[in-house]
Formats: sequence, structure tokens, C-alpha cells
Amino acid sequence: MSTMDTAAPGVHEEHHGPASGIGRWLFTTNHKDIGTLYLWFSLLMFLIGGVMALLIRSELFQPGLQLVEPGFFNQLTTMHGLIMVFGAVMPAFVGLANWMVPLMIGAPDMALPRMNNWSFWILPFAFAILVSTLFMDGGAPNFGWTFYAPLSTTYAPPSVTYFIFAIHIMGASSIMGAINIIATILNLRAPGMTMMKLPLFVWTWLITAFLLIAVMPVLAGVVTMMLMDIHFGTSFFNAAGGGDPVLFQHVFWFFGHPEVYIMILPAFGIVSQILPTFSRKKLFGYASMVYATASIAILSFLVWAHHMFTVGLPLVGELFFMFATMLIAVPTGVKVFNWVATMYRGSLTFETPMLFAIAFVVLFTIGGFSGLMLAIAPVDFQYHDTYFVVAHFHYVLVPGAIFSIMAGVYYWLPKWTGHALNEGMGKLHFWCSFIGVNITFFPMHFLGLAGMPRRIPDYALQFADFNMVATVGAFIFGFSQLLFVWNVIHCIRSRETVSAQVWEGAHGLEWEVPSPAPYHTHTTPPRVE
Amino acid sequence: MDAAKANRRLIIRLLMASVLMFGFGFALVPLYDVFCKVTGLNGRITATGPVDAMAVDTARSVKVRLIAINNEGMPWLFGPTESLLRVNPGEMKQTAYRASNPTTRRMVAQAIPSVSPGEAAQYLHKINCFCFDSQALEGGDAIDMPLMFMIDTDLPESIHTITLSYTLFDISPDKTGTAENDAQEGGSPI
Amino acid sequence: MGTIRTIIFGLSLTLLSLSAHAEWALNLSPGVTEVSRSVYDLHMTIFWICVAIGVVVFGVMFWSIFHHRKSRGAEAHHFHEHTLVEVAWTIVPLGILIAMAVPATATLVKMYDPSEADLDVQITGYQWKWRYTYLDQDLDFFSNLTTPQEQIGNEQAKGEHYLLEVDRHLVLPTDTKIRLLLTANDVIHSWWVPALAVKKDAVPGFINEAWTRIDEPGIYRGQCAELCGKDHGFMPIVVEAVPPEQFQQWLAEVKAEKQAEVAAAEKSWTLDELMTQGEQVYLRACAACHQPTGTGIPPAFPALKGSPVALGDVGTHIDIVLNGSPATAMQAFRDQLSATELAAVITYERNAWGNSTGEAVSPSQIAGILAGNADTAGEGAQ
Repeated sequence: MSTMDTAAPGVHEEHHGPASGIGRWLFTTNHKDIGTLYLWFSLLMFLIGGVMALLIRSELFQPGLQLVEPGFFNQLTTMHGLIMVFGAVMPAFVGLANWMVPLMIGAPDMALPRMNNWSFWILPFAFAILVSTLFMDGGAPNFGWTFYAPLSTTYAPPSVTYFIFAIHIMGASSIMGAINIIATILNLRAPGMTMMKLPLFVWTWLITAFLLIAVMPVLAGVVTMMLMDIHFGTSFFNAAGGGDPVLFQHVFWFFGHPEVYIMILPAFGIVSQILPTFSRKKLFGYASMVYATASIAILSFLVWAHHMFTVGLPLVGELFFMFATMLIAVPTGVKVFNWVATMYRGSLTFETPMLFAIAFVVLFTIGGFSGLMLAIAPVDFQYHDTYFVVAHFHYVLVPGAIFSIMAGVYYWLPKWTGHALNEGMGKLHFWCSFIGVNITFFPMHFLGLAGMPRRIPDYALQFADFNMVATVGAFIFGFSQLLFVWNVIHCIRSRETVSAQVWEGAHGLEWEVPSPAPYHTHTTPPRVE
Repeated sequence: MDAAKANRRLIIRLLMASVLMFGFGFALVPLYDVFCKVTGLNGRITATGPVDAMAVDTARSVKVRLIAINNEGMPWLFGPTESLLRVNPGEMKQTAYRASNPTTRRMVAQAIPSVSPGEAAQYLHKINCFCFDSQALEGGDAIDMPLMFMIDTDLPESIHTITLSYTLFDISPDKTGTAENDAQEGGSPI
Repeated sequence: MGTIRTIIFGLSLTLLSLSAHAEWALNLSPGVTEVSRSVYDLHMTIFWICVAIGVVVFGVMFWSIFHHRKSRGAEAHHFHEHTLVEVAWTIVPLGILIAMAVPATATLVKMYDPSEADLDVQITGYQWKWRYTYLDQDLDFFSNLTTPQEQIGNEQAKGEHYLLEVDRHLVLPTDTKIRLLLTANDVIHSWWVPALAVKKDAVPGFINEAWTRIDEPGIYRGQCAELCGKDHGFMPIVVEAVPPEQFQQWLAEVKAEKQAEVAAAEKSWTLDELMTQGEQVYLRACAACHQPTGTGIPPAFPALKGSPVALGDVGTHIDIVLNGSPATAMQAFRDQLSATELAAVITYERNAWGNSTGEAVSPSQIAGILAGNADTAGEGAQ
């Protein structure tokens, strides 16, 4: 049989199961298979990036150079950042979208199943190229994940060309994924599923997908300019030829700030699905949640230079970007208040997904507070490029984005596999992660305020104690992720079946299909009343 | 197959949007220049070329500090002949930078100007500047490079000192953009 | 598993000896300038506002967690919107933000004060050191990390100011408005001294400006804050603030020292004297790349031991050390070292690690070249 023949949705009325063998995964156009591929891939990347993080933390366990050379340390921080951002967090969200968006909106599959296959399968190539730079002459990219020129152009190792190529492929993958998600949400909703009835996860992903289409091409543009500067003698960022290294930062952060929201908006969506379920109560302020998400997305285009307060902006520039950034606190606050109001006077139970979701709300809010502090330009001069910033963005990305992904996986895994979770082990994983993440990242606030710059392999003695604490926390957090892997595998192999609804308070189309979700669902569109 | 048609239309639009945004990334380059000019960001863009004579504001004098910086790998001796000038707005001022090439090879240099505070850049008219062109010097040669400028009488009252810096970059033909990488692969004598 | 054991062992050791070097610094320092103190106050104000909001939000949340749990028989109330409340929690935060923006704007405007300064200092970032130029004083020097490699490599106990010590401090007068003009020689650096609340990027090709007025004499340490390559963590900043009279005295002393250095170049040096000083200079200025053993880290940093440059024509060798080598990591050292130091280090490179040319390069020869007599540099490099 040919899998490709059954590509277009609606064509495959015949209810056959998956093909067998490796071909099933290579040629699949099934949204559930592709979602699974994305999720396994992101788990692999999460573990690789995590090993790098542990190497970094081991070097920073004590002052002095012990394990790695400063040059290799820079390669580690760069690769850790790139792999976690582009390899772990983003593909995980795309994987969740692949699995859940069609189920939630009553679509039989994604709108563009073949493109879906490509957008996944080019990713392993991109990351194979990226990781292979570690073994190249001159080493891997060593200029940080923000790759500021001229360190990443005139002063870059030769592997920068491969890095640029890898970024291009990742960008293409993300853009294809985004087009697919938009087309699915706009064109394949079941009858009666109006826009304002969409589950919040779908809404946040729709907005995220538009952000991706707006900014991934800008990232492609900026790396193309780098490529031209390095190989074709142009001077976009080279001051000698009339270019400007600061221009790089503007273009990069024009991509980079929306990118930050690309990594958090779907997390908002997941948490907005989970909290109501375990509060046995509808989400508070659905409409304001949608508007808040949209305003965060729009504002994200107007705040990029808050990453550049020390670069020498004129006073008016500093003020504009400070005010615009502070403004983002308003819609973000609305979201947090809505989540708290959802829990208020509910009937709460604390299964593993709920624990992760609650931890998300608390710890993301802490990350939000430090973000607000960072927005204040005059004090940012003290925080900028210190561990305070490291603490801030790890709070929004680890107990933020990563916890939401784990919450989502624990929440939907019984639906995917048809098997129950081991709640005890799930809770163990949660508490180890929760404690580990805080021991790792909370002391970094103190380190930054005490004056420790980021991206250094060795540090002065007054930073020794908190660094040691952070490293211990990192190992606790890192090794507790093995529990996550165990939990996922255990759930797949378990024999304990679950109902279609799985969780007592769960509502929505995805909970109306049987568990495990059959290979083809919603082949006859459900009616939403 | 209405759905298929709707899909195709949507894909085309979205693809066009991403191509447009790719172009927008490049459009940011000229936009940035405009932005710099308007806000004085980076002190990059100064007014160049001939300028109409203005009434000299003798009541006011502005300190102009001239700075010279050698970029990496630039061995020339390079500096202003006068490092601090007092200039009345509207006054045409002529000064020079001196450069000499202490090596034994012919080298080509490009000076890149920058003004601080950035807000002052748009009030600094350069009538003639050695930074307009690149400079070539044989090994052992020296040259006085002229700089003629005028400060606009509209310069905001709050600005008392303008710093004008020139960074000298080696742009000799044997030193190209990719030389950096080649050298790292091939090694160099020292 | 070995790693874990090491870490557990290390942890227990630290817990035993926490007081040994513990400072557990938790917060920003208020600093020693008016600006740094207003930054500190602003930081604390915003911090406490955040704490207050956090207490309210998390308070409601944890109250729900304790009282509205199903296990305590809580029944879900089915409300899911309330326009008034939603409008309120949009407007109230907006008000709080405006309250924050007012002092923030005031502090920022103060930082951008364009009034005249009494002293202009140019700060240039290099991979990986700082260069300070006192613009009207004809005074210019580099400031290098002095922490010995042995301390970094854990072969020696670490000193009190491990990684925060340099050979030459940036000496500044107190109670004087100082304009700092920042730029860079290669990549972007960022000059940061927390006690002054000054952090400004040094961008190659561009000039940036900041200012400070230090109230209290003292030594204030900072670091480069923008990733600038391999030794980004090893280019500290040390500012020494002294009363204005003492500053003038210091200026006079340094100028006298410079005179003495010129005089030293005139005297004739023996090979042994040059070798002794050359070794010191080499370890300080060259060993990071070319390694203390002269073996380098090829291909980026070639070996000097047995190298054709160190054994070949002396003119080429001098040219490369003084003027750098185009398109490589080799910098020009003409401004970074004195004539005597240059002569000593070149002599050292030509006679150490089994390189035995037996040649001594005299300081006066180098002084002649530095004075602009290009012909003595011999044949060109490459």
C-alpha cells in the first residue's frame, strides 16, 4: 500500500490502521504519528541539551577551571541554548499541536498532511548538522545563542556556516508547521466550532503560528546577512565596510522577542486547559484570555530593544522601549488573575498534570516579576547580562514552558495510549523537578544581583556558594527527568485502561473520542452545539 | 472540493507573508539607517557634503573632542593633530588626522566615524572628511588627512561637548572577509 | 557515578567550611554614586511592589488550594466571568505600572545628564583586556588580569580578589564628573562596575558615552558583561577612586615612571636581564594563547618553540610582535608594552624552550622603531 495516496484529508475514508515497520514513521502523514515523532524528538533534544547544561553546571560547581576549557564552555552554552530553544521547546509544542489541535476542533487530520511530514523530517537533519559542528575543526559555534556580530561573523569559527544552514532548515520547518496549524484551525473546524468556542490551547497556538510566520523569516534573513558578510564580502554588520554590529542586535531581537512568546503562549494554552479540568469549573474570563494573548503577541513586536538597553540607545528610545515593555505586564497579569480565579471556589484535586500547572502559574509569575524588574531601564543597567537575567529566562522557560509541556504530556498521555499514568511516580517526578528547579535557578537571582556576569566559565570567590547550590539543584533536576522518561514508557506499556474522558472534570471534543484515540478520529465531523 | 481550494488560497497567502517578512528583514537595514538618522542612534549618520553658510553663533562655544582608535590588526600610527577644539556653532572648522604606516607593506585603511552623544550627530555637518574614501599608504609613509566640519547653530543647548571618533580598519586587498577563517585553518607564522 | 560522588563529597566539604569564604551576597550594592543609589532605591521599590503583588495573588491561590479542594468536600461554583473584576484587574495594574514608571524615568533622565565633565577617559575593550586613555593627560595604558594561571588551574590557593585583580587600576578622582567614552578594538565588550551603576557596551567602530561622579574613595571591581570570546570571563575592571589631590599626585608619579621607562630603554641590557624580564612579560601577555611552554594551541595559536619566526629573521619577528599579523588572532603589541618589555619578550621568545638564537634585541632598537623609524623594522611580514 502507499501511504502517500491517502494523504489528503477526506480522501482516506477507509479506516485502516498504521503501516508497519519504519516506513510508518518515515512516510506517515497522520497527525498523531507526526505529533508522536515531534514529541520523541524533542525529548531526545531535551536530554542532549540537558547533558550540556549539567556539564556547564559541573564546571561552575567550584571556582577555577576543572572540566572544560573556556572556549569549549562557550560552545556548550551556545549549543545548550540553541538545542533547548529550537530543538526541545518549539518541537514539543508543535508535537502537542499536531496531536491535539485536530482532536480539539473536530478535524480528521491536519490540513496539509504531506507538508506536515516534511516539516518534521527536516528537523533531524538540521540538528544533526548543528550537533556535528562540535566535532569540526575550530569547534562548534561559540558566540552564544544570540550570536551577536562581529563575534559570530568576523571572529566566528568556520563551523558558523553549518550553523547558519541548520538555522535555515529549522526556520523552514517552523514556518511549514505554522502554516499547517493556521490552515487546520481556520479551515477544518467541525460545524458549530466557532472561533470563540475554540479551546484556549488552539487559540494560543493560532496566535503563536502567526508570530512564527512573522518572525522566523526575519531570523532567516539575519542569518542570510551573516552568511553574505562571511562569504560574499558584504558589510551588513561589519563596521569596516560601513555596516553596524548594533544593527544585528536590532534585527535579531525583532525576531528574538516574539520568539520568547512563541515559547510561552502555547504554554498558556496548555495551562488554561488543565486548570479548569482539575478545578471542575469553566475557565474564568475566556474572552479576556484570548484578547490578552493577542495583545501580548502584538506588543511583542514593539519591545525588542529592551534586550539592548546598554547598547547606547538615545534617551527617547530607552523610554519608549521601557514603557512598551512594562505594558506587557498588563495582559500577562490578566492571565494570571484569570487562572487564580478559575481555581477560586472550584473543587480542586491535585493529579500530576494539575501539580505541574499550578507550579507553572507560581513560578512563571516569579519569572514575570523579574521580567518586570528587567524592563525598568535604569535598573536593567545593573541586571543586564548577569545571572539575574539567566534566572529570569530560566524561570519562564523551565518551570514555565517545560513544566507546561510536561503538564500537557501527563494530561493527554492517557488519551494517546489508552493507559493510566502511575500517579505516584508522576508526583515523585513533579516534586523532584519542582525542588530541583528552584534550587537551581533561585540562587541565580542572588548571583546576578551580587554582580556575576553570565556566560563565564570561572568566577570570583564571593559567587562560590550559590554556584555550588545551583549545581546541586541542576543535578537533582536533571536526574529527575529520568523519572519522566520512565513514566512515559511505563504509561505506554501499562495494561491499566482508562475511559474516554480520562479525567473527571475534562470537557471538550478530545475527551469524546475513545482512549486510546484511534488512528483516524473525527472522520465524520462532530457537531458542536 | 471547497476545502482544498480554501487551503490552497490560505497557503499561498501565508507563504507570501513569510517571503514578505524575509524581505522585511532586509528592509530593516535601510529602515535602520533612517531610524538612526532620526534618533541619532549610534551617532552613525552625520550630514555630509556642502552646506549653506550660517551666521556664526559667537556667544556659544562647543567642545569638540577628536578621538582615534585602531581596530584590531591595524598597526598604523593614527591620531588627530589637535585632540580638543573649541568651535562656535556655524563656524567652518578645518583640522586633520595624521596617519603613518610603520610596516613595510602597502596597506589600505578605512576610517569609520562615530559621534557621541548620538543626538548631536545630525547637527554635525562634515564638509570634507578623509572618512569619505579609503586611504592607501606605502610602508613607511605618512599622511595628513583633512577634516572640515561645521556645527549647526540649531544644536540643542544641553549639548556642550561633542565627541567625534574615527576607528581605522585595515581593508587591504590581501585581507578579505574570509581570511579570518582561512588563517585559523591554515595557521600563521606566529 | 563518579561525578555524583565528587559532587556529594564536594558539597559535604563546603557545608563544613561554609564560613571559609562565604559572603552569600544577596542583593545589589547601593554603590558609591548618586546615580547608583537611586538605581538601588528604584530596584528595592520595584522589588517590594512585586512582593506585595505576589503575596496577594499567591495568597488567594493558596487559600483556594487549601479550602477549595475536593477532598474537603468543596463544590465547584459555576461562575466564569465578571466584567467589573476583569476591568479592575486590567486598570489597577496599569496604575501600579505608571507609579513605577515615574521614578524610573526620573532616574534614567539623571543618567543621561549631558552637563560638562571635568575629566574624559576613553575606555577601549580588547580581547581580553581593557585599555584606558586619559584624554587630556597624555596617559594611556592597558589593564590586564593578574590572577596567576596556577590559581585558575587549581594548582594554587585562590587569592582574595581571584579573577578581579589587574596590573593597572583605572585611577579616578572622587567628587569629579568623569565622562567615559567607550569603544572596542575587535568585538563587542561591555564595561560594568556595579558600584558605579555604569554598564555600557563598547562597540567596535562606534563611540558610546557614560558618566559617573564617585563619592567615596575606594577600590571598585567589575567585569566585562558582554560575551566577547574565549576569555570573556577573564577581563576584570578595577577602579580606584582617590581624592582629587591624590589623583594629581598619582598622575605626576605615572608620568615620572614613564620617563624612567624611556630612560631604561636607553641603557644597555644583558641577555640574562632581558631573559628574566622577558619571561615575566611572556607569561603575562603571551602565554594565554602561545602557552607557557611555547607550544601554542594550533591551528589558532601556533607554537613559538621551534617556529620559523622565532628562529628566523629578527626584523620579521619584531614586526609581527609590534604590528600583529593580519587576519589572525595575533594582536599588535606596540601600544600594549613598553620598549623594554617588547625587547625583553622578543629576546625571550628567541632564546627560551630550546630556541637558541643567542640574539638579544635591545630596548633602544625597539624604542627607535616605536618612534616611527620604520626602516629598522627590517623585512615585512608574510
